[in-house]
Amino acid sequence: MMDFVLHLASWILLTAGGAFVLIGGIGALRMPNLYTRMHAASVTDSMGAVLVLLGVMLQAGLTLATIKLGAILLFLLITSPTASYALASAALLAGIKPDAGRAADKTPGS
Amino acid sequence: MYYVVTIALLVTMALALARALMGPTVYDRVLAVNMFGTKTVLLFSVIAFLSGRPDFLDLALAYALINFIGVLAVLEFFRSRAAKRADEERDGPRENGAPGP
Repeated sequence: MMDFVLHLASWILLTAGGAFVLIGGIGALRMPNLYTRMHAASVTDSMGAVLVLLGVMLQAGLTLATIKLGAILLFLLITSPTASYALASAALLAGIKPDAGRAADKTPGS
Repeated sequence: MYYVVTIALLVTMALALARALMGPTVYDRVLAVNMFGTKTVLLFSVIAFLSGRPDFLDLALAYALINFIGVLAVLEFFRSRAAKRADEERDGPRENGAPGP
């Protein structure tokens, strides 16, 4: 019974994680400019990673693999906001204007 | 059920690669490559359990570290280049003898 519940919870987490990752990927391809694309990509970095890794952790049970997965999760949660911040600050310094429309794609900066 | 997540991750990696190839600015490419790296870490963790070989988790951990450091290094490079270019635009071109960009 307990096995079944764990299995079901893990399945739900993994499927939701896959859905979030896919949505973020589509967003990163389809959004109109850099900052909106960054917003879509951070969905996959935070929500998708957390859900997928939690789902795999439930499958692993209490083993060394769970500790490694926890380390990966902690590390991703620390590094992906840092990388996003560094990217946004570098892009802003290079003169790409934050703009909700397609205008920001036109500014030079590459 | 791991197959569902694996396919979703692979499709997302393909989309990120498409964005990295299309991206109008260099920052779009860096964003896409960073996203590709994160998805690689997730793919490694899922494949470790798909194939029943938990050794893959060490690879995932190492890849996460290398990906983060690589993205920060590339961004630092482009940021100093952009700052140098902005300085030149403000102060006019460099004098003769100074190495150009």
